[in-house]
Amino acid sequence: MQFFFEVAISGLLSGLMYSLVALGFVLIYKASGVFNFAQGAMVYFAALAVVGLMDKGLPMWAAIIGSFLVMVVLGLATERFVLRKLVNQPEITLFMATIGLTFFLEGLGPMLFGNEIRPIDLGIVDEPIMSIMDSVGIGISKFDLFASGTIIVLVILLAVFFQKTKVGRALRAVADDHQAALSLGIPLQHIWAIVWGLAGFVALVAGLLWGSRNGVQFALTMTALKALPVLILGGFTSIPGAIVGGLIIGASEKLAEIYIPPVMQDWFGGNFGGIEGWFPYVFALLFLLVRPEGLFGEKHIDRV
Amino acid sequence: MTDKRQIGDVILDLQNISLAFGGVKALTDISFDVRQHEIRAIIGPNGAGKSSMLNVINGVYHPQQGGIVFHGETRRQMNPTKVARQGIARTFQNIALFKGMTVLDNIMTGRNTKMRSGFLANALWWGPARNEEIAHRKVVEEVIDFLEIQHIRKVPVGRLAYGLQKRVELARALAAEPSMLLLDEPMAGMNVEEKQDMCRFILDVNDQFGTTIVLIEHDMGVVMDISDRVVVLDYGKKIGDGTPDEVMNNPEVIKAYLGTTH
Repeated sequence: MQFFFEVAISGLLSGLMYSLVALGFVLIYKASGVFNFAQGAMVYFAALAVVGLMDKGLPMWAAIIGSFLVMVVLGLATERFVLRKLVNQPEITLFMATIGLTFFLEGLGPMLFGNEIRPIDLGIVDEPIMSIMDSVGIGISKFDLFASGTIIVLVILLAVFFQKTKVGRALRAVADDHQAALSLGIPLQHIWAIVWGLAGFVALVAGLLWGSRNGVQFALTMTALKALPVLILGGFTSIPGAIVGGLIIGASEKLAEIYIPPVMQDWFGGNFGGIEGWFPYVFALLFLLVRPEGLFGEKHIDRV
Repeated sequence: MTDKRQIGDVILDLQNISLAFGGVKALTDISFDVRQHEIRAIIGPNGAGKSSMLNVINGVYHPQQGGIVFHGETRRQMNPTKVARQGIARTFQNIALFKGMTVLDNIMTGRNTKMRSGFLANALWWGPARNEEIAHRKVVEEVIDFLEIQHIRKVPVGRLAYGLQKRVELARALAAEPSMLLLDEPMAGMNVEEKQDMCRFILDVNDQFGTTIVLIEHDMGVVMDISDRVVVLDYGKKIGDGTPDEVMNNPEVIKAYLGTTH
């Protein structure tokens, strides 16, 4: 049973890291109705910027600030050169534009900051905390705990920002109805710039955490795609949904990885490792059949 | 009659407006003006170009020809944000509220053009930003009282009945303290009682705040009752303009509405 909990907890904690990426998607979707396919590429790009700037001799803190600025500039440029031309276009057009942005970033990042795999060392080791290990017998990684703490703080800040401030309210308004927001004098351009800046910041945090766990490499963009099943579970418009979705995906994929292969081997023989690679997607697919709007998503009822 | 009700000078003058979408002509060479404090109605059969006209005033559509003079300032095109800042607020034919947000939050967004404190102060919920929020909240509460929607202020808009949503949309527009209010079919889909309420609110807004009102409406009884002057559009052309009585007796208008015998 201890082993079960150990697997479940490490799954939950790593699930929060998926939540973080999902959060970037949710932010932009909430504020502009755009599904930003480039969020994964932004995570990669932000992490690359950090290691790239450190290669140039900057200390880590300066590289992180530098990367933040790069992400803000990137957000502003995206609004200026891509989104502004596409106001009031169908969502699918905007979605296609973000696919274009994905490839652009995946090319530009390595070009500017180099493409060899480099680690980010945040100074927190990825090993179990001994005191918990000794007393309860469950291994919880220090790094996981640190990452979770960071993410929780970030989420609380974002929630307050969205619910309590004028800018947050304007963001929600723009998300709901461009036309109406414009008629109230809410400057769409500023709002989009803010949102893309925020999404860039979230991508940077995700890039730092993922980069220090797996190293900064192209595979980050693939890992970031795990945010998709998280979003399907949690709903595309809900910040709490992104968190809960991440927890469920994280825990279930780790448990599936441990407990399903032995059963499958008994039944069919052969090797069934690597289930965690695809399990979340199948899980999300099944979930879609039951509850297409996600756990926390807004249910759409259309007049026919 | 109070002083405010006195019809003033022309504040909005539309000159030879033509608007086309590709080959489809939505508006052809339309001119009319709106005087301060009046209630000006735009009527016409479906597809006559009424909403397009409102969208031109509001800056959503940019006419290919013609000029718009608002408070002495001539413009060919405008963007909706600037229009809002000049004091023109509007409602939409298909209610355009922020459905996931509460009534109160929806109406607070109407204060957007009046809010001054910077982004950072706002994000951090700092002193000045906080005081500002409270001041705006006061105005919003007045609008809520005025439109008698106190009881629903914390309800998400999506859950409200249609008639109430229309009223909330009006509240959001009023929260901007506009000098001119554009109403796109404010009574569409309402029952008799709701229509009466809405009529009363429109007249009160016009009377108490001195707001100039431009409205599109299909209910002829309502239009003839409350408007000072009426402009009639048909197939994107102006076919009548004048007081309700004049318009009602205009043979062109009668033809457009009742059809001709062949």
